[in-house]
Amino acid sequence: MKILVCISKTPDTTAKIAFADNNTKFAGDGVQWIINPYDEWYALVRAIELKEADPSTVIHLINVGGADSEPIIRKALALGGDEAIRVNSESNDSYFVAAQIAEIAKSGSYDLILTGKETIDYNGSSIGAMVAAFLEKPFVSHSVKLNIDSNNAMITREIEGGEESCKIALPLVLSCQKGMAEQRIPNMKGIMGARTKPLKVVEPIAGEELTSVVAFDLPPAKAGVKLVSPDQPEELVRLLHEEAKAI
Amino acid sequence: MSVLVYIDQSEGSIKKASLEAASYANETAKKLGTTSTAVVIGSTNDKLESLGNYGIKKVYHFDNQELNSFNSTSYSKVIQEIAQQENAEVIVFSNNTSGKAIAPALSVFLKAGLVTGAVALPDTSNGFVVKKSVFSGKAFANIKIQSSQKIISVNPNSFGIHSSDGQAEVVSVKTLQTSAGIEITGTHKITGDVPLSEADVVVSGGRGLKGPENWGLVTELAEVLGAATACSRPVADIHWRPHHEHVGQTGLAIAPNLYIAIGISGAIQHLAGVNRSKTIVVINKDPEAPFFKAADYGIVGDAFEVVPKIIESIKKLKSA
Ligand SMILES: Cc1cc2nc3c(=O)[nH]c(=O)nc-3n(C[C@H](O)[C@H](O)[C@H](O)COP(=O)(O)OP(=O)(O)OC[C@H]3O[C@@H](n4cnc5c(N)ncnc54)[C@H](O)[C@@H]3O)c2cc1C
Ligand SMILES: Nc1ncnc2c1ncn2[C@@H]1O[C@H](COP(=O)(O)O)[C@@H](O)[C@H]1O
Repeated sequence: MKILVCISKTPDTTAKIAFADNNTKFAGDGVQWIINPYDEWYALVRAIELKEADPSTVIHLINVGGADSEPIIRKALALGGDEAIRVNSESNDSYFVAAQIAEIAKSGSYDLILTGKETIDYNGSSIGAMVAAFLEKPFVSHSVKLNIDSNNAMITREIEGGEESCKIALPLVLSCQKGMAEQRIPNMKGIMGARTKPLKVVEPIAGEELTSVVAFDLPPAKAGVKLVSPDQPEELVRLLHEEAKAI
Repeated sequence: MSVLVYIDQSEGSIKKASLEAASYANETAKKLGTTSTAVVIGSTNDKLESLGNYGIKKVYHFDNQELNSFNSTSYSKVIQEIAQQENAEVIVFSNNTSGKAIAPALSVFLKAGLVTGAVALPDTSNGFVVKKSVFSGKAFANIKIQSSQKIISVNPNSFGIHSSDGQAEVVSVKTLQTSAGIEITGTHKITGDVPLSEADVVVSGGRGLKGPENWGLVTELAEVLGAATACSRPVADIHWRPHHEHVGQTGLAIAPNLYIAIGISGAIQHLAGVNRSKTIVVINKDPEAPFFKAADYGIVGDAFEVVPKIIESIKKLKSA
């Protein structure tokens, strides 16, 4: 089986959110970059588990990003990817990025394409469904469980108000979230091995960008907390009722 | 030309998030000087004429039996069909699990620029710019859509439901787009509870509650408030509570009217999932807990003493 895992680079979850260049760019200086948690913990680790169960499995990684994505790609290789492809583009337009991933996917004849549920910076939650649409392949979003049974994927996914189990013939595209797998830490052997694993850089195909960022803004600061004495919980209830009109 | 909105339903009833999307579509239509049309897929128990109460003029109801179970590919093909027929300029979704699966596929099929997680109406003063939530609620991005057709998905609880009086015209249609390929082998509905993503009030517990045996505090407070329950990530990880209750950066992001956090420290990753809540109440025995910085109201105290008193006090208020 051949699996393609889509890896994106995001600021660390504790990074300070600030903007530069007249609020048109994320201020990335001094920020620690990580593999988007959904891609790493859920999509990639589940792919690695499938490979552990069936060693003939091959895991390719894809990232659409600049050269500064390479540390996170190496980390994903250290965790257990076999080889990686970086499409050299810094586009933030989902349509453009998905078109690039679909292009690579077409030539690789993958049985499974895994993405995270969303990136924690742009919160697009779109790439997986778009890749599937470009490829005209089935798409299952918000998967929490995945098992492979010969030529079929058995998936549990989140739907509005519950969960659903389904069976789909491969190949397909899947977006992954919590439940799929548990976070892992790369070991020394993995880290050493990752240095020599292939990381191919390709130029993007011509494509259109349908959206662009005009500016970012930060939410207004909170006015500050109003503390109520623990002996007067009825005062809290009064405030919530009369002032906040929340109950 | 019109503004099209996809109305999502669960087991035959229209979701609150969809009424919000309908309201958003209608306000957008007014801005663009046109009207709003809805698409409903699958059998429904609700009277679709009543979507007129949210400004919808016309409803296309695709009631093919085969479409009763959710399939993002066939659903997006159906919507594509109607979007082309209607020459829809804008297509609106709720940014819920269904919208997240359908809208991006539609974006590819129509080559229409997509903004997910919109929090305000489009600004049409200079192009077509939509404000969306980014960095898990810690910031906003204003995104320009360049294509002629545009797709927007609205973050639940960010725009509100705007109702008026009216009746929509309902057109029943059958479609040929029913390509399945997905065999549903089981469905498990989380019933009895208020769905977390749609709840107006959420009561949430953290590790400060010491153990699952103490969760009565959270569920009882939720019950008197008609609220949904949630929890911090470690609480779900150690199986005190089910995974679907986990809110935060790596769990569900919610934006209720009122969020009550009990025994939660307020780590940045937790805040990322709840900071869009309108009013935040924090109950924590540590005055230094970071959550107080993000809160509107707080009690520094022991949850085991404070929460039962709050429950009593709310009961009194409700019976008054
Ligand atoms: C990449 C990443 C992603 C993450 N994603 C998430 C996420 O999505 N959601 C999430 O929640 N966390 C997430 N975390 C974990 C997060 O950093 C915190 O560890 C977690 O939120 C802490 O949970 P807690 O507040 O329940 O527990 P603790 O931090 O242990 O806090 C317990 C609190 O209870 C208070 N307390 C104790 N006893 C009482 C009492 N009797 N009465 C009142 N208060 C009491 C304490 O003062 C303390 O503030 C993530 C972490 C990482 C690194
Ligand atoms: N630039 C990128 N390169 C590779 N994969 C990506 C990229 N951006 C997003 N993805 C994948 O698509 C998922 C959803 O991203 P998004 O739609 O941007 O929220 C992520 O979790 C990744 O798996």
